[in-house]
Amino acid sequence: MTNQDIIAKIKTIVTPYTQRREGLLEFNESTNFLNDLEINSANLVDVVLDVEDEFDIEIDNNSMEGMMTVGDARDIILKKLNT
Amino acid sequence: MKSTDIISRLPYTDPFLFVDEITAVSKDKIEGNYLFKRTHDFYSGHFKNLPVTPGVILAECMAQIGVVSLGIYLLDIEQTVVEPLQIAMTSSHVDFLLPVYPGEKVFVRSVKQYFRFNKLKCHVTMTNAEEKVLCRGEISGMILKP
Repeated sequence: MTNQDIIAKIKTIVTPYTQRREGLLEFNESTNFLNDLEINSANLVDVVLDVEDEFDIEIDNNSMEGMMTVGDARDIILKKLNT
Repeated sequence: MKSTDIISRLPYTDPFLFVDEITAVSKDKIEGNYLFKRTHDFYSGHFKNLPVTPGVILAECMAQIGVVSLGIYLLDIEQTVVEPLQIAMTSSHVDFLLPVYPGEKVFVRSVKQYFRFNKLKCHVTMTNAEEKVLCRGEISGMILKP
């Protein structure tokens, strides 16, 4: 799976939880879930659970806490897929 | 953990405690009940000359039994209870089917959807003594870290 594939899948997952729709127009690895998409911490949990289902991985508490941007999420997904 | 211990650890008190009894609890579900006393203050204003329990109060009762009480039980199993418990309701999608009048006893059953990353999401149903569904929906809450 390429970098772009992963980012595209993340975008699909976060879309229903996104409050700030403009954030989806310039969606890239520096997009911040809280500031750019206005996804609150409770909905971020649902994003993480959807990511787990989509990529068939398990995300632990520490990884979750470091997940601020789309790039962070991609890195965590890549790391889990390769272990 | 005994059900009376769960109730004593709830971060609510009169006039905003809406749990009388926890009758069953396990890792995946919880049951409890509450009697809406005729003396509650909100009945004098909701509605004028026609006291009916406000939907927000029914949702609060569902959350206190179905989410917060279950959450306290789960935290106790994990041995991660932090005092004082700081929590927040993060979402509620509740359908209200029948009115609840002063003096009615309600029964709340809740089934855990998931408890991950400090967020507990449950499917909660409130019924009356005749087992008629009064309201049901999904309620989530989170534990706030100090």
